[in-house]
Amino acid sequence: MIIAGILGDLQVLLTDTGMWVNLLEFGILLYLAALGEVIAEKAGVLNLGVEGMMAVGAMTGYWAGIQTGSPWAAAVIAALAVAIFAMVHGVVSVVMGADQVVSGLALTILGLGLAAFLGTDLVSQPAGAKFANLSLGQLSEIPGVGPTLFSMDGMGWVALALGLITWFVLNRTRAGLNLRAVGESAATADAAGTPVVATRLVAVGIGGAFAGLAGAYLTLKVTPSWNESIVGGLGWIAVALVIFGAWRPGRVLIGALLFGGLIAVGPRFQTRRCNGDEITNCITTEINPIVVSMLPYALTIVVLVLLSIRSRNRPSLAPAAIGQAYRREER
Amino acid sequence: MTAVELDGIWKRFPGVIANAGASLTVAPGSVHAVLGENGAGKTTLMNVLAGVYRPDEGTVRLDGVEQSFSKPADAIAAGVGMVYQEFRLIPTFTVTENVALGSAPAVLSKSSMEKQVGELAERFGLHTEPGREVWQLSMGERQRVEILKALWRNAQVLILDEPTAVLTPNEAAELGRITATMAAEGRSIIFISHKLDEVKTFCDEATVLRGGKTVASSLSVDDLDAGRMAELMVGEATAVSQRRVRTTVVGERVLDVDNIIVHDIHGRAVVNDVSLVVGRGEIVGIAGVAGNGQRPLADAIAGLRQASTGTVSVTHTDITGMDARTRNSHGLAYVPEDRIGVGLAPRMNAIDNAIMRNYRTLGDGPLIDFGQAESRAASLIERYNIKVGRVDQPLAGLSGGNLQRLLVGRELDDEPVVLIAAQPTRGLDVQGVKAIQDILVEQASDGVGILLISEDLEELFALSDRLLVMHEGAVVGEFDPDTATRQEVGAAMAGAHASEGSAH
Repeated sequence: MIIAGILGDLQVLLTDTGMWVNLLEFGILLYLAALGEVIAEKAGVLNLGVEGMMAVGAMTGYWAGIQTGSPWAAAVIAALAVAIFAMVHGVVSVVMGADQVVSGLALTILGLGLAAFLGTDLVSQPAGAKFANLSLGQLSEIPGVGPTLFSMDGMGWVALALGLITWFVLNRTRAGLNLRAVGESAATADAAGTPVVATRLVAVGIGGAFAGLAGAYLTLKVTPSWNESIVGGLGWIAVALVIFGAWRPGRVLIGALLFGGLIAVGPRFQTRRCNGDEITNCITTEINPIVVSMLPYALTIVVLVLLSIRSRNRPSLAPAAIGQAYRREER
Repeated sequence: MTAVELDGIWKRFPGVIANAGASLTVAPGSVHAVLGENGAGKTTLMNVLAGVYRPDEGTVRLDGVEQSFSKPADAIAAGVGMVYQEFRLIPTFTVTENVALGSAPAVLSKSSMEKQVGELAERFGLHTEPGREVWQLSMGERQRVEILKALWRNAQVLILDEPTAVLTPNEAAELGRITATMAAEGRSIIFISHKLDEVKTFCDEATVLRGGKTVASSLSVDDLDAGRMAELMVGEATAVSQRRVRTTVVGERVLDVDNIIVHDIHGRAVVNDVSLVVGRGEIVGIAGVAGNGQRPLADAIAGLRQASTGTVSVTHTDITGMDARTRNSHGLAYVPEDRIGVGLAPRMNAIDNAIMRNYRTLGDGPLIDFGQAESRAASLIERYNIKVGRVDQPLAGLSGGNLQRLLVGRELDDEPVVLIAAQPTRGLDVQGVKAIQDILVEQASDGVGILLISEDLEELFALSDRLLVMHEGAVVGEFDPDTATRQEVGAAMAGAHASEGSAH
């Protein structure tokens, strides 16, 4: 009986187009933020300020949407604003060499406060711009993927393109080689003539810009409104996602869709959601959504454990110099 | 014509003058040894040449042209490459990525770059696999990657800082062939070393530094012998590494290690079924290339690490299940490989470090009698001639020799029956080495059984009564230092079977 019930619930969930649309939206959002964090961490800078950066991006994007009426202009403005905001972390932890954990946490607290303060008047205002779904003609009419994947908005395609570009730059260009070297061993990179501080600042800035895009996508698409608690922990999930995805753009994408799915299904267990009007198409199992919302973190811990018992002598997947400030050795 | 000319180099650091007018002249197409004790200023001088330090005074000339390096990249661009003792490689990068870092094309083509690196390696006889990640390579292979890095940048001057320290004898011989190939192409190699035999084998000329000054420049190595070299380096004629004449008779067994197996966290046996005994008054040496199980073996005997199977006994008492402190109280003392961190706490003062082992006997209950503690520390400092500024200052500023005498003295304070000494003289200068070796011999003469783990074959041959060789966690050979040759022991260290080793 119970198994039949769960199977029935699964069927209801998997045939629920709304669930898939939500999954993609949260997946895109998490992917953008996590991709930025991958770039920063690959350069050896842990930035725990993602939550705060997303808040600033969400608020700025919402405001710019009202001002410009264009979601794209708003997203670019948010990205630039957060890239600049992220320089607080860059200057404090990279240039001045302060502890990255403390500085990153401070950035989160500062960002949440700043966004709440500057966005006070925005709470009551309606959205000025929204990302619209892109129709791909006949592709969008394919049952299943048509109304979901092939109907997603432009930012979804931008996120996928940024993922590919990030992979290519990191692994197939001199700039990426230098960036990864700075994150693995700053002293080695320095000795080879790579400017460590500048590389790290650029990485932090790009990470901030990506978090800004993620924040703007939240208020210009996912929940087109603004309030001070709108980010609600998504930034922390993005940080966990970087570990879950082992600092690789491809794996992070899979993780983003998985975590996005968890976020999408969470409320559906609680509300006895029905597909259509037929009473048979209802979810019967009730799970507290708080339990579901813990799952991304629980999965990340599982992955951490699995990573730690990898084959012998193998170096960790994490960039080796992460969290370490660099000062040129001069006695 | 000179390839390298360092003239009147001064470099001062707070409280220390590292170079006081040092000079060095290297001819093109030669392998040039730079000799000197630790603290003689060799590394500082090389760092000036490599652009890491700017000299306070003096000139650097390459091919007669004066240079002013403000960063290592400047020196690299001018054709100077340096291979540091601690390799500057990125373990998760491939050989090719490490070699190309800093001078890679804007868009990387994996296959063509790997091909180029492979061709360069072949030209100089550097065996390597361009596509492998560096963490998978042996120390010798990693060193070849470092040399490749320099060649990739077309270094005309290559500085090797104690390059043979991490190599097996066979790998060292191969390095000699590589440097000869490079010299034959007209490049200059600067070879920093302590070891006379390799200087004589690999190098053409030698420059000796002492106290930051050049005391002999461009000597032909044919004119060097052990006595002359020691005289130049230390400033007085001291015999180096002569076989110690031992008068004590080896007595009953004091340390019994039976079939010890130690696993690492991945389940691999890093110590694989090792059995050994040490008798009263005996020094048993353990030779081996770093990382072949010496450290986990020492830690397992001392109780810092759990053995999976096997037993350890001190004077016939089974101490296998005991913790480190209980083992100490049964007469086991341990001078660990990491004298700072494991052996001593550098941010604590001399008194705290001196009583760290037996503070429980000082004072009542939870209280420590610091008057007693201070006199305990003072007696150690006097007996072992330890130079400390003040006993209540952190140890951090002390030299290696003083730190090691404090550590060894503390471990011997309770008159142990067995002493495990791991790399006790590594990194010390000639006088520091002699002081520690004298203490070990004196203790053996007093009846202490000593297990001496060392990577210095000279030291092992000089001090040991018996010599064991470890390879990949197992004892693969036992030698009598009076009759065995360096080649036999070296072959066993490299993994050849003992029978093959003796056939050479």
